[in-house]
Amino acid sequence: MALLDIKNLTLEIDGSSGWMKALDKVSLRIEEGEIRALVGESGSGKSLIVRAVVGAIPEHWRVTADRMTWKGKDLLTMSQIERRKIMRSEIAVIFQNPLLSLDPSATLGEQLMESIPGNLVSGRWFWQRTKKRREMAIKLLHKVGIKEHKKYLGAYPHQIADDIGQKFLIACALVSSPRLLIADDPTRGMEITTKTQILKLLTRLNKTRNLSILFVSHDLLAISSMSDRMTVLYCGQTVEDGKMSQLRKRPLHPYTKALLDSAPSFRKDLAPKSPLAALDGTIPTLQHLPIGCRLGPRCPRAQKECVRTPELRHVQDHFYSCHFPLIREREKQ
Amino acid sequence: MTALLNVEELSFIQKPGGSWFKKVSGFQLEPLSFSLNAGETLAIVGENGSGKSLIGKLLVGAAKPTSGNIYLNGQKLSERNLKQRCLSIRMIFQHSNESLNPGITVAKILEEPLLLNTQLSQPDRLKKIDETLNLVGLLSEHMFFYRHMLSDGQRQRLALAKALILNPQIIVADEPFAALDPSVRSQTINLIMKLQQDLGLGFIFISHNLGIVRHISDRVLILQNGKVVEKGKTDAIFNWPNNEYTEKLMKSHQSLVTPK
Repeated sequence: MALLDIKNLTLEIDGSSGWMKALDKVSLRIEEGEIRALVGESGSGKSLIVRAVVGAIPEHWRVTADRMTWKGKDLLTMSQIERRKIMRSEIAVIFQNPLLSLDPSATLGEQLMESIPGNLVSGRWFWQRTKKRREMAIKLLHKVGIKEHKKYLGAYPHQIADDIGQKFLIACALVSSPRLLIADDPTRGMEITTKTQILKLLTRLNKTRNLSILFVSHDLLAISSMSDRMTVLYCGQTVEDGKMSQLRKRPLHPYTKALLDSAPSFRKDLAPKSPLAALDGTIPTLQHLPIGCRLGPRCPRAQKECVRTPELRHVQDHFYSCHFPLIREREKQ
Repeated sequence: MTALLNVEELSFIQKPGGSWFKKVSGFQLEPLSFSLNAGETLAIVGENGSGKSLIGKLLVGAAKPTSGNIYLNGQKLSERNLKQRCLSIRMIFQHSNESLNPGITVAKILEEPLLLNTQLSQPDRLKKIDETLNLVGLLSEHMFFYRHMLSDGQRQRLALAKALILNPQIIVADEPFAALDPSVRSQTINLIMKLQQDLGLGFIFISHNLGIVRHISDRVLILQNGKVVEKGKTDAIFNWPNNEYTEKLMKSHQSLVTPK
């Protein structure tokens, strides 16, 4: 059974021009122990999916889904208290900007010790419990690769570097030993050496603790090196979904291909200074979404039929939604 | 032939406890020299706080070097004559968004450097603005737009237009692509490469995206803690790194590129 199973999630926001579909029938399935990547550019709704899963959606937005379950339990109909319980113990989230999501007025140690739930701490007297908390905090820091715990437990968020902050948030997330870790763009703006460190840490956690990870990012380089499966989003629509290796070798959707082509590092045969393949135009805003396939106006292969929203089709377990996938060309040849 | 830009023994020592550059206290940039030919791209790579952006600032004159000289076309750039420097070396900032004034129109944003640095008349200025907008792939109508009406990619183009409008010889770009999405990013890279070919610009590119660096640069300068640890042809450095730090960079880059 899948850990998290979302089918046809639609999220509508009330705007000046009526209800706008910020997410349009997105499906996502995370199995036990898998690393799933969620790729999309800004405005594609990847953070909205994270918020919908977490339940941090304002009340006046409409969330509908055919299915949104956590281990078989329906998340949408569940009461707030139950949902919070799941969020507390089984799902953990790391947010985009590590230093901004920490409390600036408390030391890292205080914050980490506070996040340890009471039932994990034994001891009759409060000093015993405090001591226990401290021991646990130090252990956690060592686990995520921060060795100088003395220096960092007493530090305030503004005193530490970005990557330490990121590792620290991962430590906070691991406190309650969750089953699923949602990492929302954890490597944004990081340089390459710290980036590899964070990625290695996540991969190690996945291997040793059988932790499922939903890795949300637009950094294809980071994603492709660690994830098993990938879901590509464009403007709130699922574009393609499949095994990482398959997707990289043979993307079926023009958008996925364009994304892969836009990273020059993937292509060894590319001559230096030669022009890169790029889609024309820019990402449409939420107010001006095209009808049908939202890539339509930018797509090099678009035809008349593209004003209808394409169905999600699949070749084995490789899903795509396009009227004219890149597969047809090969068949004709 | 003399090189377009020649930097000799440029160094920078921050006064300890200085207040205007708070982030790095007591930072030292060790003397460095390099030269840049027309139509060439030099990439500066290094970790955060290694002084990458500082080099950019020193070149455009936003910070004063402690010692060393900068020669443009064999002519020494003096610290006092900022106008001459403004005309030939322009900068694109990391957050193109924040470097554009939200309260005035695109035409006014672009007019400002012309007003300050040239003696063009009003119609000539408008003509120049129009030309530059077309050059970077924007329309003449964009003149009347405000910052918030443009998309990310268009803003980046506008920042580029702002840099190009004085017909510079060198453009210094500090992480110009960091805030852009992949599909828009390749558009901008293509645009910059095309402009460089057409106009013969020297381009100094500060970044930590090694994939792009490898693709667009001719030579690389690798910095660590204010020290140049390696410099040379892009190809050579990427394939045969000599320095320990460079090797580490390349290895981590490779480990990301090759699939699991």
